[in-house]
Amino acid sequence: MAKKRDYTTLYKGHEGQWSWVAHRVTGVAVILFLFAHIVDTAVIGWGPNAYDRVMQAYENPIVRLMELGLVAAVLYHAINGIRIMIVDFWPKTADRQKQLFYGSMAVFLAAMIPITIIMGKQALDLL
Amino acid sequence: MAVETPTKPPRSGDDYRAGRERPDGRGGEFWSWLFMRISAIVLLFLAVGHVLIMHIPAGGVSRVDFSFVATRWDNPLWRTWDWMLLTLALIHGINGLRVITLDYVRKPGLRVALNFTYYVLGFALFVLGTIIVVTFDKAKWGL
Repeated sequence: MAKKRDYTTLYKGHEGQWSWVAHRVTGVAVILFLFAHIVDTAVIGWGPNAYDRVMQAYENPIVRLMELGLVAAVLYHAINGIRIMIVDFWPKTADRQKQLFYGSMAVFLAAMIPITIIMGKQALDLL
Repeated sequence: MAVETPTKPPRSGDDYRAGRERPDGRGGEFWSWLFMRISAIVLLFLAVGHVLIMHIPAGGVSRVDFSFVATRWDNPLWRTWDWMLLTLALIHGINGLRVITLDYVRKPGLRVALNFTYYVLGFALFVLGTIIVVTFDKAKWGL
């Protein structure tokens, strides 16, 4: 008889596959921002008036919260990427995959605490 | 016959694996796999350093205006940093989009069209960013 969990999500790989999905989502988010960021930085070639006007777009608390999300995406992608490379280049560490996953998430969350406080204050200052 | 996908399905006992499995042999997909890891190690410093430098010191992104960038780019080290970040992040990101597209887009025509779009967009942004980083001259604006 089919069990309930047979009908849940396509991704049944536990922490490993969820972290893999998050790696892709954060990667796509960062490259989409990069496309826009190359263009907004390139405006500097058109002089101070043009560039400073573009940079005004960042002086907005909502945009600053999105920036916090960007920093979180870059950090997650970086720390999860380190974990992927550890397992790729030292296959024996695969025996400790679960510990590596929870360890890397602990590093990510610990880093996000001060970053959220600092960038959250910057966003509030713009209110 | 299933459409070829670069990411093999997870094997039993492989539940906690997170990365793309290393492609067999020494073909293009192997070098793509290896490039992602080598560029990742460099980007750990360039990209993480960049977002922290821009957001964390007092003032955060509010500091960033024309004179901030002009002063920063007086130093060839920062121009080199920014150009390497531009180049490696674009190739790493576009290769990521390519791998994701090969996993989820099954129609061959759409795959080719999407990947072609990424390459054109990536090349155009690489050229734009390179011209700006290399040729920017604050003296042109009386500074």
